[in-house]
Amino acid sequence: MTDLSSSIILVIAVTSIATYLSRSLGVLFSERIDENSKIFRLFDCIAYSTLAALISKVVVFPAGDLVEANNLIRFIVVFVCVGVFFITKRNLIYPTVLSAILLTVLIKFV
Amino acid sequence: MISSGYFLKGFKSVRSANSPAIALGCSFLAIGALLKNIGFNFQQSFFSTFFTYALPGQLVMAESFLIGASLINIFIGVWLVNARLFPMAISMFPLLKHKNQPKWKYYLSCHFLAVSSWLIMKKDYRTIHENYRIDFWMGIGTATWSIAIASTVLGFLVSDYLSKDMMIGLAIVNPVYFFCMLLGSMKNIVIGTSVVLGTILGPVFYLVSPEWCILYGGVTAGIIAFLVGEFND
Repeated sequence: MTDLSSSIILVIAVTSIATYLSRSLGVLFSERIDENSKIFRLFDCIAYSTLAALISKVVVFPAGDLVEANNLIRFIVVFVCVGVFFITKRNLIYPTVLSAILLTVLIKFV
Repeated sequence: MISSGYFLKGFKSVRSANSPAIALGCSFLAIGALLKNIGFNFQQSFFSTFFTYALPGQLVMAESFLIGASLINIFIGVWLVNARLFPMAISMFPLLKHKNQPKWKYYLSCHFLAVSSWLIMKKDYRTIHENYRIDFWMGIGTATWSIAIASTVLGFLVSDYLSKDMMIGLAIVNPVYFFCMLLGSMKNIVIGTSVVLGTILGPVFYLVSPEWCILYGGVTAGIIAFLVGEFND
């Protein structure tokens, strides 16, 4: 096995453990939590807000390929797609498909 | 054992009109292509999604690997970006608890916890009898996880045919889909406040601490939303 190959295997193992840790600790803590308790409601709020924080961070301060699209183009795509989501009575397919097409077109022509 | 009826019902829920299959597929297609481009082979790409199944974490892993970060740095980076899974698990697994169900099901199926499966379960759990919710959840999780693995493999295989513009186009699909899904889940003032404040505070805290912004923003927004709910009761 080459050095590169074994280091990739280690990286995958470390990533998997770091991810499973959050999931399994959540299950462990949830064993003592009642769904009607205040602590459950608090964690429900934190779960929704953390997801929203992650998604907006990805759009405003992206990593990976999305960096190639400038801020204005990303915001236009998100606002247009959210508008389409509500216009189409909360259908998720139209804005999802439109987002990829719109971003590709805007990058090409703007 | 697992109730096959409820497992299949959960599995088939990804076939609905508003299924996350497209968003999941596009995102993991891009991950598969990315992993090939940074030097992963077919098996390594497959097992990356098989064992991790968390898009932001895999993205952090890929970027960290590319710049030659140490294993401990990769661990911390992935743990921080995936820390959202902890409150997500706490806000879902109490809904699936039943005294007749063995614990191994919960610790095995928590691997399927992701934004897509979590939002489906939170939307549908009331329609399932308490005794079978964990089996329904395992069905949803197996379906979304399978889509992610298959898409990673496909992305690896077709990476040479994906242009840069197409990769950028695929990258926006996931945030748009899940942002719309979150907006659609704003059924009351508490969840609405959580989502709106989280959306604002995530990027705001990025200016203070890029590594911790998701946790800082999410926890602060969540506590404020919880207090809003308490004062309204």
